[in-house]
Amino acid sequence: MSGKLLAAGGGKVIIPNFGHGTACLRRNGWFCLGWLRQHWGDTLQPALLQHVELTVIAVGLGFAIAFLLALVGFRFRPADGPLGALGDILYTIPSIAFFELLIPLTGLTLTTIEIPLVSYTLFVLYRNLVAGLRGVPAEALESARGMGMTRLQRFLRVELPLAAPAVLAGVRVATVSTVSIATVAAFLIREGLGAPIFDALQQPGIFRTELLAAGGLAILLALAADALLAGLQRALTPWSRRP
Amino acid sequence: MTAASVFVDAVRFIPHHASLLLDKTGETAELSFAALGIAVVLALPLGLWLGHRGRGLLLALGVSSLGRALPSIALIALGIAILGIGFWNNTAALVVLGVPPLLTNAYFAVAGVDRHAVEAARGMGMSERQILARVELPLGLPLVLAGLRIAAVFVIATATIAGVAGGGGLGEIIANQASYGLAGVLAASFCVSALALLTAGALALAQRAARHRLAPST
Repeated sequence: MSGKLLAAGGGKVIIPNFGHGTACLRRNGWFCLGWLRQHWGDTLQPALLQHVELTVIAVGLGFAIAFLLALVGFRFRPADGPLGALGDILYTIPSIAFFELLIPLTGLTLTTIEIPLVSYTLFVLYRNLVAGLRGVPAEALESARGMGMTRLQRFLRVELPLAAPAVLAGVRVATVSTVSIATVAAFLIREGLGAPIFDALQQPGIFRTELLAAGGLAILLALAADALLAGLQRALTPWSRRP
Repeated sequence: MTAASVFVDAVRFIPHHASLLLDKTGETAELSFAALGIAVVLALPLGLWLGHRGRGLLLALGVSSLGRALPSIALIALGIAILGIGFWNNTAALVVLGVPPLLTNAYFAVAGVDRHAVEAARGMGMSERQILARVELPLGLPLVLAGLRIAAVFVIATATIAGVAGGGGLGEIIANQASYGLAGVLAASFCVSALALLTAGALALAQRAARHRLAPST
């Protein structure tokens, strides 16, 4: 063996160089701090930022679409059942199958990631928007009408603010789920925190430090987004705060 | 090759490889339903009991948001890293994902039952267990079934991901485009979606039946 290496190297001993793994990396430890420090900048941080981007686009677009659909379902009651059922059906398509089914149509693009993510948010956003708008007390609308508000004023100044707690509760659920589901997209398109997770999964014996770091970051991102939106919910609806 | 012809190929793949797809769908279904069954046995009694006692609200809320935040692919990978690849190890990871919606919905199904109905039952001399079984569970059944539907969808989707990570079932086909081609991958995706939609549809019908029994007029 060493003879072959000698011959191949033209007299010089060639030792395959796999880089300098620390003792922790060589025994595939659960939490190698050195690796984290070294690869935060080139692997974890960019993946985290991409993940935030994926989530913000999905929830933003999902909210815009759900809002329009909810207006239809709220004003025109016969449409409510079918629209809710559409959200249910989209939500039922398993994520990995949904991504695969879009590949022939939209290719390996960001669109292929976002269509399923947006679709999944509709399920909870639509239901909460309609429930929030329906939950506005008739007396509040009656007094707004008595004050001479127009239809648009009533909607913007009475119905929307009173529906806000239910709507924001839906946004929180949608955001947390999107952070989690977006990791699956990296199976097809290397984007977001799923990419380091799949990288770790493909190493023999699974690279534990990378798996825990990327998976942990995804959980922390979801919980941080939830806490941020909970704060927003409190700030926007001061009347719902308990004394 | 246009998108339409890719889908035509995928549809043709199904009758040509019917037994393969049936086998793999069976594997995915077996893994999913085993995990779902275990999750029901673990989560339902606990959720119902906590809801009946009105305790553990924070636990119910915390479990539900943590359950949504857990990235399923990371959980599957963690299961493999700790336990290796196998039916029961994948089942364990799926149970962890199936428990939160079941527990939370069971809790709120029972906790949300009209207190007057519970007081009336207590006044009639029912024991706590009888109240739970004869008053709270029937009234809360639609919400319990909604939780089961969400858990089922979640578990079937994740069982497929387990296959991608080497756990067998339809995910194995989806992960192996080199052998089965895009047509095979798409055909397997149809099968996963059909399995999830059929399961969710059956549970939605059960949910509707439970609701109609409560309020036949609507």
